[in-house]
Amino acid sequence: MTTVTLNGLRTIPAKYVPVLVTAGLFVAMFVAGGIRYEGFASGQVILNVFIDNAFLLVVAVGMTFVILAGGIDLSVGSVVALSTMISASLMKGPGWPPYLVIPLVLLIGAALGLVMGYIIHAFDIQPFIVTLAGMFLARGLCYTIGTDSIPIEDPTFTAFAQTRIDLFAGLWISPSVIIAAVVVLVAAYVLHYTRLGRSVYATGGSEQSALLMGLPVARTKITVYTVSGFCSALGGVLLSFYMLSGYGLHAVGMELDAIAAVVIGGTLLTGGSGFLLGTVLGVLVLGLIQTVISFEGTLSSWWTKIFIGLLLFVFILLQRLFSARRT
Amino acid sequence: MAVPAPILLMSGIGKQFPGVKALDGVDLRLLPGEVHALMGENGAGKSTLIKVLTGVHPIDAGTIELLGEPVAFGSPLEAQGAGISTVYQEVNLCANLSVAENIFVGREPRRWGRIDWPRMRARAAELLARLELDLDVSAPLSTYSPAIQQMVAIARAIDIEARVLILDEPTSSLDASEVEQLFRVMRTLKEEGIAILFVSHFLDQIYEISDRMTILRNGRLVGEYLTSELSQVELVAKMIGQELAALEKLHGEAKVFDRPLLEARGLGRAGAIEPFTLTVHEGEVVGLAGLLGSGRTEVARLLFGADHASTGEVSIEGTPVSLRTPRVAMNHRIAFCSENRKSDGLIPDLTLRENIILALQATRGWTRPVPREQQDELVGKYISALKISPANPEHLVRDLSGGNQQKVLLARWLILEPRLLILDEPTRGIDIGAKTEIQRLVAQLSDGGMAVLFISAELEEVLRLSHKVGVLRDRRLVAQLPNDDDLTTDVLMETIASGGANGGASGGGAE
Amino acid sequence: MRRLLWPVVILALLLLVNVFFTANFFSIQMRDGHLYGSLIDILRFGAPLILVSLGMTLVIATGGIDLSVGSVVAIAGALACLQISDDAGVFTAVALALGLSVLLGAWNGLLVAVVGIQPIIATLILMVAGRGLAQLITDGQIITVNSPSYKVIGGGYWLTVPFGILLVVVVLAITVFLTRRLALGMLIESVGGNAEASRLAGIRSRGIIIMVYAFAALCAGVAGLMISSNVSSADGNNAGLWVELDAILAVVIGGTSLSGGRFSLGGTVLGALIIQTLTTTIYSIGVPPETTLLFKALVVTAVCLIQSKSFREKVFGGRRRAVPPSPAAEEKVRVTA
Repeated sequence: MTTVTLNGLRTIPAKYVPVLVTAGLFVAMFVAGGIRYEGFASGQVILNVFIDNAFLLVVAVGMTFVILAGGIDLSVGSVVALSTMISASLMKGPGWPPYLVIPLVLLIGAALGLVMGYIIHAFDIQPFIVTLAGMFLARGLCYTIGTDSIPIEDPTFTAFAQTRIDLFAGLWISPSVIIAAVVVLVAAYVLHYTRLGRSVYATGGSEQSALLMGLPVARTKITVYTVSGFCSALGGVLLSFYMLSGYGLHAVGMELDAIAAVVIGGTLLTGGSGFLLGTVLGVLVLGLIQTVISFEGTLSSWWTKIFIGLLLFVFILLQRLFSARRT
Repeated sequence: MAVPAPILLMSGIGKQFPGVKALDGVDLRLLPGEVHALMGENGAGKSTLIKVLTGVHPIDAGTIELLGEPVAFGSPLEAQGAGISTVYQEVNLCANLSVAENIFVGREPRRWGRIDWPRMRARAAELLARLELDLDVSAPLSTYSPAIQQMVAIARAIDIEARVLILDEPTSSLDASEVEQLFRVMRTLKEEGIAILFVSHFLDQIYEISDRMTILRNGRLVGEYLTSELSQVELVAKMIGQELAALEKLHGEAKVFDRPLLEARGLGRAGAIEPFTLTVHEGEVVGLAGLLGSGRTEVARLLFGADHASTGEVSIEGTPVSLRTPRVAMNHRIAFCSENRKSDGLIPDLTLRENIILALQATRGWTRPVPREQQDELVGKYISALKISPANPEHLVRDLSGGNQQKVLLARWLILEPRLLILDEPTRGIDIGAKTEIQRLVAQLSDGGMAVLFISAELEEVLRLSHKVGVLRDRRLVAQLPNDDDLTTDVLMETIASGGANGGASGGGAE
Repeated sequence: MRRLLWPVVILALLLLVNVFFTANFFSIQMRDGHLYGSLIDILRFGAPLILVSLGMTLVIATGGIDLSVGSVVAIAGALACLQISDDAGVFTAVALALGLSVLLGAWNGLLVAVVGIQPIIATLILMVAGRGLAQLITDGQIITVNSPSYKVIGGGYWLTVPFGILLVVVVLAITVFLTRRLALGMLIESVGGNAEASRLAGIRSRGIIIMVYAFAALCAGVAGLMISSNVSSADGNNAGLWVELDAILAVVIGGTSLSGGRFSLGGTVLGALIIQTLTTTIYSIGVPPETTLLFKALVVTAVCLIQSKSFREKVFGGRRRAVPPSPAAEEKVRVTA
């Protein structure tokens, strides 16, 4: 069955259905929120979700690459924290300028990903374990740099962090949102329009077949972890704009949020199927849950986790039903 | 007749595996514009020959020349690069990608560095049109049948400018019209000067499509023949060889079977096997003959409860039973040695002893372990009875040879003392010594009153062992023939070929 | 057993390193009728991890993984402390907490065995939601209890030995009995080694899988009680945080493959002890405790690399004799070709 007919309107290829479900969920949550809460149904609420989650979006983009290729990356949260820590300490101690610090941080993140990818590929060790070691390593490096929060006071940095880009009708976004948007667009282009991107999908679909079809599986696997490392580092830079501090306890558990966003976005955790747009929607849904809970006021923050868990359950069940029907 | 220079020439190929001489002095030449059939029984060395040709294994002796140049490929990819493409029985494509992508992935047409999707789809459609296929090339491959997937694999293979196309049992999952389609494609490719190496179990197909054939037996070359100059009977004789021709029937005198053990009435499963009716008596060996993919395994799986039947009923000694799971079947003392030892039979990480007592333990549940002394006694008994080697019960089963693995699997079921033993291709891919041992064992067991359902691709083996032969074709049980002196492999082959329309007059057909 | 060689060597090396820095590292003393000493401390503080790892071993042996054990640790501690602070008896509190743990584990098992969801995803649900659930139970507070009898579980002594260590010994003994004396171990290894072949051999794998996840959650529940009892409080947010990762590490270090099949309980205990000793060592050699994670990363990498076949071949390749292609390897090529 290639297509699903929705109310006889028109047929939609089955591969878009999970993304559409997520989009529908987002719209439904937004409408429900707008009816229930004063001041919810404004464009700025959605923009705020972007502003507050720009770093998560960037991290989730990297995670999408890894998951599409059939892997998993547990190190992202720690690499985010490490990036904030390195940025903050280099700017505070030796007083390095941001234009040196940021490229260095991005390089370190990418290098960490590259090494993990290489170990996964070359020594045939499960990604779960290798990236777990990476998670410990990055977090450990944070604490080695310092156990306390390091404030960022670099003028360029703080100026950038406080910049508001006005759109129209009083709406605004932060520069981080633009960076995140650029990352999403570039990543979508790479996944859809380059051989690397297609090779990511093929590897995730069947590594064995991809090998026999002559695809550079090794290079693809190493690349996705490098991309994820890079995105985590970039996410770390964005987080340090947002927090204006470097801290070893930043982004604890962010790998779970990133994985959840990817899954809720309709990407199969087994690899080979999904879209970047889904991941964007997944991040938005997660962000909107937090917004709803803050609007509700009486609901405590842990409800976020329970809701995310429930959503995960529903989406995984849906995916399961879908794949069962296809085979 | 002048023969053009061969595209590919293999001479004196030898390949040794531990304990087995898989290939010994084999020659093969592929001429441009010819379909060359590679013939031989299971275990004759066909797949090994393909593997050494495509670089999966290195050769131990001999030379391979491509267009007069000696070559040695380190991997299937290198072979592909040199123009030798292989399409396997199991499709090696990515089902999650679209049809067009599966043809072009890794070689996508690009414009300014980005993939040119419209052009890719157009070229894919073009290429498929050459194979007389009209598909939605942007749909995921998983939405198409295995037959179409196979065609897509061929489309991919020929787009890589193949000079040699190897088709390894491509037809086993295709229906008649799909086979016709494939053959049309093969003829087109042939006219383009491509040399095609074709492996199939279907004799009719071989005679329909091939120009020339090379026959292997037990890893040795029997000879190369023009298809038009070799009759089917001669071919079968050359494939089977002389040694089996002299063997006696093992099942002895025809016995009278009057105590039905298992009766299946109208049992079937949609998409797997048409409803069939079959009775197995105590002490009777019922052979199932038919080509690969004819539904032999499906019959066995239904009778063991490995798959759910969608229609029909089964009764055991007259009592209706519902075989929902293997466990239920085991409670009725039915045992099933699966065809696929690796994926459906053995637990490679467990020891010989553990693999043997596994089914017994399963019936007892985890709370009642088989006492160690009893384990050692049972395992020891079957190791010596079946001559399993190495005779060390603590040896990991993954390290055993194919024949010994098969015996371990047999032992697992024999200790349950089943009343009906279903053996699916128990002698496939094992050496001739182990093979005759297993055949003798089957005869002995049935003499002792055990009913055996014996499935084999080798008609001779079926004839030697069975009291009654069920013939399958196209997922239908088309005939049931008593194994008397009139029943020969020729009759069986005819029945398979004609679908029982005239050959199966003496048996009760399917419903 | 050869495959326990590396874990033993690493543990021995770690212990020896300690002797360099703490001369009386191996001495065990009797104080106030209780055993004291660095080794006792390692066992005592490592007890929860060993428990969680034991359950994890069985789950991994079926070819699964359980990410939710950390959340179960928090939930069990939270529920027990809540009950005790509501004046319920310690026994009731413990029974309720363990009962809930088993239920949560059975839920995981159901998702894996009946619904057919990949284990890593199925347990991810409870990993995320379970934290929230634990905080929901404690209402986001840290519940402090003052119950001497509850304190015994994690901080008490019995016959001079810390009670936690005794608990571990009992659970270990039960696990060994179930898996090695009874036939559970073989059936688990069979299901993990080849699920379809196990089904065709008549094994009811669903029941076994559900039982194994329930057992893992039960172990996590006991560990949760131990942790909360030791500090006489329950912290829904931080109790058992990342213990699932440590447990998976312990299992892998102990030589059980993440792909399922053969498992080694002894190896797992060694693995958990290595992780705990590492933490202790870092304290005793005076390295700042912040770097524990760094060392952990190094040890994990080292252990995994040593156990990786392709790493050994690449690094020590010259000295190993080439293994002739076994029939098994041949068949594999056939499938992949």
